[in-house]
Amino acid sequence: MADHHHGPTVRIYLAVFAALMFFTVLTVWVAYRDLGPFNDVVALGIACTKATIVILFFMHVKYASRLTWLMAGAGVLFLLILFAFAMADYVSRGWLGIPVSHYLQ
Amino acid sequence: MADHAAHRDHPHGLAHQFEDMPQQKESAVIGMWSFLITEILFFGGFFATYLIYRSYYPYAFFEGSSHLDILLGGINTAVLIVSSLTMAMAVHESHSGNKKRIMVYLILTGILGLTFLVIKYFEYSSKVEHGLVPGLVWHPHGEYSPQLALFFSLYFGMTGMHALHMVVGIGLLTWVFVKTAQGTYTAEYNAPIEIFGLYWHFVDIVWIFLFPLLYLLGTQGGH
Repeated sequence: MADHHHGPTVRIYLAVFAALMFFTVLTVWVAYRDLGPFNDVVALGIACTKATIVILFFMHVKYASRLTWLMAGAGVLFLLILFAFAMADYVSRGWLGIPVSHYLQ
Repeated sequence: MADHAAHRDHPHGLAHQFEDMPQQKESAVIGMWSFLITEILFFGGFFATYLIYRSYYPYAFFEGSSHLDILLGGINTAVLIVSSLTMAMAVHESHSGNKKRIMVYLILTGILGLTFLVIKYFEYSSKVEHGLVPGLVWHPHGEYSPQLALFFSLYFGMTGMHALHMVVGIGLLTWVFVKTAQGTYTAEYNAPIEIFGLYWHFVDIVWIFLFPLLYLLGTQGGH
C-alpha cells in the first residue's frame, strides 16, 4: 500500500491552509450572530470540518493505507462511544422521577 | 527470502525486523496512530466533562467564557494553523531529503510553537490578575455564578494540558532538528520527521476544538 508515496502537493497544502484560516474567521464571525441553539451546532460543525481536513491532508490519512484509516477511525469511534455513553447517563437522570442527589440536579 | 541470505547493503536507518523502508515507515505511522488514539481518549475525558457540566450549568459557562480574550485566542488559533502548515512542509521536504529546507521549516514551526506559548502566558497572567484561578487566586469581581470556578478549572485543565503537549512538542522538535542537522535523515529514512508531524497536527486539532468551546461561548452570554 505504502510502496509508492503519493503525498499531497504544496498547492494542496496551501489550499488546506487557506481553508483552515477561512473557517477560523467564519467561526468567530458566526459566534457574534444570534442563532439560538444553532450557534453550538455551527461552531462544532466548523471545528469538525477543520479537524477532518487536517487529518486527511496534513496527517496524510487520505493518502495512507487501509490500516492507517482503520487506526484513525478507531480513535474517532472510541471517542464517540465515550461521549454517547457518558451523556446517555447524565442526560437521562431524572427521567424516571427517582430522587437523585441534589448535587446532580 | 533467499536474497536475505546473500550479503547485501543494509539500507541506512532500516531496522532488522523490517523487509524494507516502506514497511518500516508504515509500522511507525501505525504505531504513532495507536498512541494518538490514547491521546484522543485522554483529551476526550476532558471534553466529556466539559459537555456534561456545560449542559448542567450553561449560564456559568457563558459567563466564564466572556472573561476570555477572543482576539488572543483567535491569534493563537492562527499561529497554530500556520505552524501546522510549516510542519507539513517540513515533512514534505523530508521526502526529498532536503536537509536545509527541512531545518528551515522546523525552525519556523518551533518559533510559532513558542509564540503560542508566550501568548498563552500573557492570557494566564491576566487571569491571575483578575483573580480567576480556582484554588490559587480566586476573587472574581462583583456577582458571579457559583459554578464559575468549574468553568475556569476546566479552562486551566484543558488549555494547561494542551500547553504541556506544546512544550513536549517543542522538545521533540528540537531533537528532530538536531538529528536533521546531523544528517540522520535521507529521502529514504525520514519516518521520525513524519510521525513527529502527526503529533504536532494532533495538538493543533485539540486547539481547533478548545477555541470555540472555551472562547466563543461568551458572545451569546445574554441568552
